[in-house]
Amino acid sequence: MQKQAIFQSKLLPYALVAPQLAIVLIFFYWPAAQAVIQSFLLQDAFGLSTTFVWFENYLELFKDPAYFAAIVRTFAFSFAIAVSSLSFALLLAVMADKPLRGSTLYRTLLIWPYAVAPPVVGVLWVFMLHPSLGVLSRYLRAMGVDWNPLLDGDQAAALIILAAAWKQISYNFLFFLAGLQSIPKSVIEAAAIDGARPMRRFWTVIFPLLSPTIFFLLVINIVYAFFDTFGIIDTMTRGGPGKATETLVYKVYTDGLLGGNLGSSAAQSVILMVIVVVLTGIQFRFVERKVTY
Amino acid sequence: MANVTLRSVRKTYPGGFEAIKGVDVDVGDGQFCVLVGPSGCGKSTLLRMVAGLETITGGEIDIGGRVVNQIEPADRDIAMVFQNYALYPHMSVYNNMAYGLRNRGMAEAEVKTRVEEAARVLELSPMLERKPRQLSGGQRQRVAMGRAIVRQPKVFLFDEPLSNLDAKLRIAMRVEIRKLQRRLNTTSIYVTHDQLEAMTLADILVVMNGGQVEQIGNPLEIYQKPATTFVASFIGAPPMNLMPLRSDELTSQIAGADGAGIVGIRPEDFVITGETASGGVALGLTVEAIEHVGAETFVYGSRQREERAIAANPGELPPGEVIVRIPGATGPAIGEQIRAVAPRDKLHLFTADGRKRVGP
Repeated sequence: MQKQAIFQSKLLPYALVAPQLAIVLIFFYWPAAQAVIQSFLLQDAFGLSTTFVWFENYLELFKDPAYFAAIVRTFAFSFAIAVSSLSFALLLAVMADKPLRGSTLYRTLLIWPYAVAPPVVGVLWVFMLHPSLGVLSRYLRAMGVDWNPLLDGDQAAALIILAAAWKQISYNFLFFLAGLQSIPKSVIEAAAIDGARPMRRFWTVIFPLLSPTIFFLLVINIVYAFFDTFGIIDTMTRGGPGKATETLVYKVYTDGLLGGNLGSSAAQSVILMVIVVVLTGIQFRFVERKVTY
Repeated sequence: MANVTLRSVRKTYPGGFEAIKGVDVDVGDGQFCVLVGPSGCGKSTLLRMVAGLETITGGEIDIGGRVVNQIEPADRDIAMVFQNYALYPHMSVYNNMAYGLRNRGMAEAEVKTRVEEAARVLELSPMLERKPRQLSGGQRQRVAMGRAIVRQPKVFLFDEPLSNLDAKLRIAMRVEIRKLQRRLNTTSIYVTHDQLEAMTLADILVVMNGGQVEQIGNPLEIYQKPATTFVASFIGAPPMNLMPLRSDELTSQIAGADGAGIVGIRPEDFVITGETASGGVALGLTVEAIEHVGAETFVYGSRQREERAIAANPGELPPGEVIVRIPGATGPAIGEQIRAVAPRDKLHLFTADGRKRVGP
């Protein structure tokens, strides 16, 4: 069976794909190329003179302890966000998978947070946990916690992780629910007859059968935590206090747009691009090929 | 070793639908009981109630002298073979069989002995390390069997275990299951919609329809003396010919047909002959179709009189059509007029509603 369309004119197919190609070229490859070029340049503070400095921007970055700290911080954030949102979403999905009354309603409700834009999520949590205005802060202080994320870096980090993980729970929940529903009911019944109690059933049968979904979501969540948390960080902490919540992506923004160090910022972008390529590679290699158990 | 007793067991769903309308069955120790019926008759639901996968809303289920209504599936000491095998896809064949034993805290050495013994019996020894997806349908079926037998439970439950296999394998596995059950002498309950499977496997056959038991007995007894027209047409292939007895020539032919409204005749009980049966039935037929199966021939004839329809049950013949089964490959030609004769002692008489057998 040939699925090819036959065109009369040789130019028509090119004309038809041209708009798409133009968008990709202008909005993806052009800025990416600009970033690569920029990362080899050094500009003075006023943009009056530009020198070609080869890999100096990169070398400088790797010598900078602040950059190293940002890398560690970003990985720690990603790990914390992925693990907390995945485990909480799995818990919700397992509970929602039970045949209960009104399950369609609360399944729908659980999906809603995904429709909320990241900066809005940030604002929401900032309000709830603001040291002087927040509803939740009052309870925290009543419990004896010295709550002030505006001054305490660890608390600010926890706040970012909380908001970012909360936003991602809906997405993970959807995939987990679908994954759970694709496990044949009879397999779980067989395990029940085989004497496995609910907890053991979960860890020895359901969890392993969900492993392809878990792996897929892990990659997706890491990518999310790396790149899509910008809006949340920007509205909640702006990378502060100090640099306690400055991730790699946020550092690109502060160094480049606020600090005016375009060369270093571009070099950081290129490093991030490499990370994206690696993550995508992992995803294609393992996820697309379907994780087998 | 246990007998299974069902005492007026009922299942009513929250919506009010009554799936099982009071079933009484007694399966003796080591017996092979087959539940048979058309789809939707409640046979699988009943089996799942015995397994503990469905709640019991009325009556009692007793396994080995203990009422199990409120007992978890794991604690009923049963093993079940599912239609789709329900093997754990991420575990090797060995682990599939060992899982139930390990859950019960059995020592690893004992687990190994039991699994290897089961694998030997089921000829699975060379594939213990494989995953289910690397096995053929028949092999998966055997793993499912193995998972049941290693546990040495009181009762085996089978939920249409052969229906996903091709015809040849199904017959081979049917014999295997029977042999295995005889050797282990474990009480078994087996659900199927295939009446041939039911006939060949059962010590006790339970024919179900619409959530109720139509007849319980040994298979031959049921074949020879069906209690209702439903059983008569469901058990036996091709089905029994059922004809209404109204004020036509049939009634006057049959001796002692008082109270009967329907007469049933098995296709093999007809003889094509010119002789007149005394007290039996002789039908004048026009041959409409012929099926040669080799060892026997099925003749489909239509009665030369216009007939009125009787209540249509599954598997029943269209009104006015009669099947005659004759041995060998020679028979009448299409369009030929024949006379099919059945003696009086081969006739099955039922009341007009088909719910009761009349006479012996």
